[in-house]
Amino acid sequence: MSQQAVNGVAHRGRVLTLDSMNPNVKRVEYAVRGPIVQRAVQIEKELKEGVKKPFTEVIKANIGDAHAMGQKPITFFRQVLALCSYPALLEDSKFPEDAKKRAQRILEACGGHSIGAYSTSQGIECIRQDVARYIEKRDGGIPSNPDNIYLSTGASDAIVTILKLLVCGEGRDRTGVMISIPQYPLYSAALADLGAVQINYYLDEDNCWSLNITELRRALNAAREHCNPRVLCIINPGNPTGQVQSRQCIEDVIQFAKEEHLFLMADEVYQDNVYAEGCQFHSFKKVLFEMGPEYSNTVEMASFHSTSKCYMGECGFRGGYVEVINLDPEVKAQLIKLVSVRLCPPVPGQALLDLVVNPPQPDEPSYATFMKERTAVLSALAEKARLTEQIFNTVPGITCNPVQGAMYTFPRITLPQKAIDKAKELGLVPDMFYCMRLLEEDGICLVPGSGFGQREGTYHFRMTILPPTDKLKVVLQKIREFHLRFTQEFS
Amino acid sequence: MSAARMQVLSSRNVRLLSRGRNEVLAGRSGAQRPGGDPRTRSLTCPPMSSSSSPGRALSSLSATRRGLPKEKMSENGIMSRAKVLTIDTMNPTVKKVEYAVRGPIVQRAVELERELSEGMKKPFAEVIKANIGDAHAMGQQPITFFRQVLALCSYPELLSDSTFPEDAKSRACRILQSCGGNSMGAYSASQGIDSVRQDVARYIERRDGGVACDPDNIYLTTGASDGIVTMLKLLVCGEGTTRTGVMIPIPQYPLYSAALAELGAVQVDYFLNEEKCWSLDITELQRAVNEARQYCNPRALCIINPGNPTGQVQSRQCIEDVIRFAAKERLFLMADEVYQDNVYAEGCQFHSFKKVLFEMGPEYAETVELASFHSTSKCYMGECGFRGGYMEIINMDDEVKDQLTKLLSVRLCPPVPGQALMDLVVNPPQPGEPSYGSFIKERTATLSALAEKAKLTEQVLNTVQGISCNPVQGAMYSFPRITIPEKAVKEATEKGQQPDMFYCMKMLEETGICLVPGSGFGQKDGTYHFRMTILPPTDKLKILLNKVKEFHQRFTQQYS
Repeated sequence: MSQQAVNGVAHRGRVLTLDSMNPNVKRVEYAVRGPIVQRAVQIEKELKEGVKKPFTEVIKANIGDAHAMGQKPITFFRQVLALCSYPALLEDSKFPEDAKKRAQRILEACGGHSIGAYSTSQGIECIRQDVARYIEKRDGGIPSNPDNIYLSTGASDAIVTILKLLVCGEGRDRTGVMISIPQYPLYSAALADLGAVQINYYLDEDNCWSLNITELRRALNAAREHCNPRVLCIINPGNPTGQVQSRQCIEDVIQFAKEEHLFLMADEVYQDNVYAEGCQFHSFKKVLFEMGPEYSNTVEMASFHSTSKCYMGECGFRGGYVEVINLDPEVKAQLIKLVSVRLCPPVPGQALLDLVVNPPQPDEPSYATFMKERTAVLSALAEKARLTEQIFNTVPGITCNPVQGAMYTFPRITLPQKAIDKAKELGLVPDMFYCMRLLEEDGICLVPGSGFGQREGTYHFRMTILPPTDKLKVVLQKIREFHLRFTQEFS
Repeated sequence: MSAARMQVLSSRNVRLLSRGRNEVLAGRSGAQRPGGDPRTRSLTCPPMSSSSSPGRALSSLSATRRGLPKEKMSENGIMSRAKVLTIDTMNPTVKKVEYAVRGPIVQRAVELERELSEGMKKPFAEVIKANIGDAHAMGQQPITFFRQVLALCSYPELLSDSTFPEDAKSRACRILQSCGGNSMGAYSASQGIDSVRQDVARYIERRDGGVACDPDNIYLTTGASDGIVTMLKLLVCGEGTTRTGVMIPIPQYPLYSAALAELGAVQVDYFLNEEKCWSLDITELQRAVNEARQYCNPRALCIINPGNPTGQVQSRQCIEDVIRFAAKERLFLMADEVYQDNVYAEGCQFHSFKKVLFEMGPEYAETVELASFHSTSKCYMGECGFRGGYMEIINMDDEVKDQLTKLLSVRLCPPVPGQALMDLVVNPPQPGEPSYGSFIKERTATLSALAEKAKLTEQVLNTVQGISCNPVQGAMYSFPRITIPEKAVKEATEKGQQPDMFYCMKMLEETGICLVPGSGFGQKDGTYHFRMTILPPTDKLKILLNKVKEFHQRFTQQYS
């Protein structure tokens, strides 16, 4: 057999080329770190090298990366992490007693009392217990079983793992997964990677990006023609859209999932990020259990949380968990086996998650500082959410829904026909063209709406509200001026 | 109608699972993609979703459909009370995944620990988990300097604390300055922090005697496992006889078989030569690749050096032969080199695949595609919990590189504390720096203790009749061959267990020692082994070896 016949490519070619690589990987797209961000990094490098630009720094408003935007870590959390990293500090009188106590408890749960040991694949047991207690408190006493908690490498890891379990079948039997449009592109990327069928349901922009059961039903019925819809993903509070679901809406979704026999995936990583008056976070689990045993004993659900968002914003540690409800015991055994192949989630991230679910209590020395820091972050975010909405809505051609929660605004932008034509000429999606121009002219890095999905003919961008208030004001002002300039140029 | 679909699907999965490996392969080699069938849509039945080809799936569909029971079913095709996700309706490739290192025996060990802590009487006072290379869990102390820097990075207020040495502070400052907002809590670039990748590149250059290393070819990962799975994922494509085949050693580290099962790639076994200290033999590679070409498209060759679970260290000559073989057979090389500092035997030395590749001249250095993996979990530091690691890729196609960067970006970034730790591993205290003395002392203590334990293990096990053990030249495990009496094999078979699983399970129940049966790593038919880590402290290791010895003698007597 000749080489050529065997491998199907010319002898001198590489083993691994674009044509001979995994085709699913090629279909993966992830706009949050896509071409525009790569260009932003390039520009930063150019600035450093002294290249002249119409701006002095690049502001990366493309991602919800709180610390990168200057937010300070919660002191207590970092004290405990330092103690866990270097236990000799347990002798140091500068550290508060509650931090030491927490560190000791975590270390005692680690093999050889070191965060350098592997943990069990499901996550350290006492941390899973703390997570369960946190969920119980959050949900007004509804019991949570630590055996249903799986710690993960950020929420993304857990979301991909649960999706992976669910994917099967071929052709029309292939698993379909319902995701919101606009969506957080982890979902579309994971579905492409897994070769599952993406089923879009559209959020209602005219009603503050609310979720509409009629639309869910339309999407589901249409999808049944070509795949086997088995999963419904919800992001609440919404990313990139910032809406907070009402209790009624969640109840309707659960009812729908039960009727249509769908596995529910509730992405609730922004559960502490609720700003708008009259809005409140309701966990899917709590609502499920309040709907009575007919639902709480049957509807299969996974809920995700993370250390990366909320008031702590500790993205780099890759901490997170998933709680599974009503998961078949045999499937659970498969899940444990699957996560064991990767050995364990990073232990510093597990430790951090423990602190998030078990922060200083009122009678402990660090409580006051903790509360002060936490409140400062959350109230600043609430202010920035309002500010962003207000300023954008003063710009003709930009309309912005209230940022009820999460960390982003997803305003709609009107693009002149000439700009659309110009974009097409350049082979760019119109909102990509818009965002690229904004980056080149003002150094502001946003993500075009097309990366999240949007109704055809509409254009948006996602911007995080995380920059410090002063800087955010400057950013908003610059976008305003850019938008006016851009509109004029192309009209 | 969807009712019928779902039911059919579950029966198919059950059938698929009950098939033997050879039947699966035979089914695959005969299958052709039925392009004209309107039910087969390229978007919704892509190759990697399952190891089954659409062709065979469809033929099983029609076969099963005939015998379908006519039950009343709900919209989704299962009895309305049934769950959405069951063992019959879950991802079939996940079901095929096996990972013995944390398999049933370890689950039983955890149970036993719980029973002990609840006061239950056992013939032992503690469970010794010798199943995994988890240094700190076995009592190894972390390197002081590494943990000082990590504490400083976690809580930068400590930078003004005079008890920390200056070199630890300057490392911490450097790492923090490369983090967004000077915080380890910020996401890093998906490929990993720039300055850390630069340090990795310099480390590789030093290690390889000056062979150049480009930081752009370095990708930081979540432990080496993450890098290995990512690379395999890129490589998998095709259907039926064109499906990607990946050559792995037998015995292997079961991450490979698990990842291949999950990706639906074809596992191509090549056997290491136990009689020659688990060495790798090119004739055997050739046999394996030739046979595999009958039913798949072999595209990658995985090497673990130093060997896991087998502890051999490859000679320079052998590496050269492997590289030549890969070039000739057009295989992508994956070199798992996470034990690169763990070489104990006299006359043995670690040679990186990259160094040898570049020493073979441009004909090889410019063409052979190679990925090499390293980790913070092994060597002298044993920092498993941080999940730090990197891979270096050589001669990778630029377009594929872009795809790799894109793929990694979906998971945002590897854990930053693990990246920081990786930085310290590749850039430890230098002579002249205040922490150098204690660092070298700690490092040497760990490595020389390991060398001693490697020798001890081999010696003691080889005194036992019915156990023969190759020298532990490197890595962290011994993988001795055990003779299991016919009666024991028979009893195991009756219980539906692999004989070495039966053996290890009995040892666990009787002595509290948790080992992994050889069947979890693969072994020649009719031979039995176990993997044991040499990490326990010397005193404990001696007791452990003695207990294994006594158990083996008892077991042999009982079944003869």
